Amino acid sequence: MLTLLFDGIAYGMLLFILALGLAVTMGLMNFINLAHGAFAMAGGYITVLLMQRAGVPFLLCLPAAFLGAALLGAVLERTLYRPLYRKPHLDQVLFSIGLTFMAVASIDWFMGSTQQFIQLPQWLKGRTEIGTGAWTLGMGHYRLFIIAVCAALTVVLQYILSNTRFGSRLRASVDDQRVAAGLGINVNMVFLSTFAFGCGLAGLGGALGAEVLGLDPTFPLKFMIYFLIVVAVGGTSSITGPLLAALLLGIADVAGKYYIPKMGAFIVYLLMIAILIWRPQGLFVRQGGKA
Amino acid sequence: MSDNTSRAHLSLLDATRWRVWEPLLWIAAFAAPFVLSQHAAIINEIAIVALFALSLDLVLGFTGIVSLGHAAFFGFGAYTAALFAKHVMPDPLVGLAVGIATSTLLGAFASFTVQRGSDLTRLMVTLGAALILLELANKLDWLTGGADGLQGVVMGPVLGRFEFDLAGRTAAWYSLTVLLVLFVIARRLVHSPFGATLKAIRDNRLRAMAIGIPVGSRITVAYTIAAALAGAAGALLAQTTGFASLDVFEFHRSADVMLILVVGGTGWLYGGVLGAIVFKLMQDFLSAITPQYWTFWLGLFLVVLVLVGRDRLLKPWTLFQRGRTA
Repeated sequence: MLTLLFDGIAYGMLLFILALGLAVTMGLMNFINLAHGAFAMAGGYITVLLMQRAGVPFLLCLPAAFLGAALLGAVLERTLYRPLYRKPHLDQVLFSIGLTFMAVASIDWFMGSTQQFIQLPQWLKGRTEIGTGAWTLGMGHYRLFIIAVCAALTVVLQYILSNTRFGSRLRASVDDQRVAAGLGINVNMVFLSTFAFGCGLAGLGGALGAEVLGLDPTFPLKFMIYFLIVVAVGGTSSITGPLLAALLLGIADVAGKYYIPKMGAFIVYLLMIAILIWRPQGLFVRQGGKA
Repeated sequence: MSDNTSRAHLSLLDATRWRVWEPLLWIAAFAAPFVLSQHAAIINEIAIVALFALSLDLVLGFTGIVSLGHAAFFGFGAYTAALFAKHVMPDPLVGLAVGIATSTLLGAFASFTVQRGSDLTRLMVTLGAALILLELANKLDWLTGGADGLQGVVMGPVLGRFEFDLAGRTAAWYSLTVLLVLFVIARRLVHSPFGATLKAIRDNRLRAMAIGIPVGSRITVAYTIAAALAGAAGALLAQTTGFASLDVFEFHRSADVMLILVVGGTGWLYGGVLGAIVFKLMQDFLSAITPQYWTFWLGLFLVVLVLVGRDRLLKPWTLFQRGRTA
């Protein structure tokens, strides 16, 4: 049982890193970006390519995945996303679905539709067990690694967001764009860097998750709903909201699939619909922010 | 005074009149299976997809609810009609009625989920509903055949007289007739005072509420009617192909129908019909060239469509004019 909880937490942490960029862009630009998974997929494929073709060690691939996805995000933000911030949501949804379709088809074309695997280094492959009987805690080393990386990232992000100048600019822009711009904050620059950073995080998540979630060209479509659940349930005004939502989702999904395999993904969807009917703005909403 | 009111009345009625080209279009549609008898199958598909898009138009174009899970009702209608034909009786019209009735019930139930919240919440909830049904159809394999699809559906003749032939001409006429009937009903609906209140809700929900429109119940009714139409489209698909598979619930169905509607134009009943024609022909053409990668071109088309602007791509002559409202 503890093992399940542990796996759920690892899964949830991964989802959090993957979805955080989406939460920020949605809160910041009010932009419904269904193509977020494509950036995660880009990160995953960068890792696979580097490891298989160039023999780069796994640990070096992670920053590469981050940078690659961030760069891609920055370029696309400048060229394609920028004109759409003021468009209606329907346009944004159509645009990002189109982008996702293109990403899926082009990865299919270049890499083939088979699932890609990542050869983990030896020291991440083992498994440690603590305790006995019903309370055995089995920890895969790789999952432990994921939790450690994601937790460290969360702490750093929380620090940046609450204690640095950039963080306060970002929060100001999320709360009210126009006033922030009036105070001399370069909102466009904040948008660009945040979008790129969010995409980079997604790329990192995709690289980390290739082993756990599986990596094939339909990745953006398969996990789109999960990212959106995290954002919709967690709200977009803080990073603790999405974090808690991601952990809840991860644990519910792992536990649901283990205990009631027949029900499969039902539990997650039902839970989401119930929560959204109960609190349409998400579970964790800060009072006083812009609706 | 009375002259003025009657003139206002006339100008209101004028918008609802049948135009000259409308009967011509329908006559052409019904003549199409005669003239292009080897393409009857695709005409049938176009009619079904047009009906599906018409249904989404009621929700998206007239009421302003963004839905990414409209396939839920489509698939529900398809599975009900197929199961009914297989286990109860093979008559198509009764099966169609049953399909419509069950989707209507589902729509009435689901309409409570789209009452509140932002666009994002609605997207999630509708998407979630479609995914739940997909999972259900997948897991209840003793009933639905699971991932293999529901096979062995044999349909009886329409009205006890017209057998479904191999070329699909009966199927095409059957679907076109249903489309025409439901189209006329929808047309009557959106031009009625009820339709006007829907448009008011779409344009400004707060003001609609302020002038005394019961927003919640209007949304419920519109969503339920749309679900009924989508169920009819699904039932037609299952009946004319004699098959229902998990594909009817898939995400791409919902995305495709949204694209169809947007291509044709939202908030305009012929938008769905026009979009269905364009989309199906484009799909046929593209998948003949690249069977596996045609979604790439579809995606590219979507991106270009949005970047250029939905209105301007459909009316190319406005491309070089300065936008007045920009």
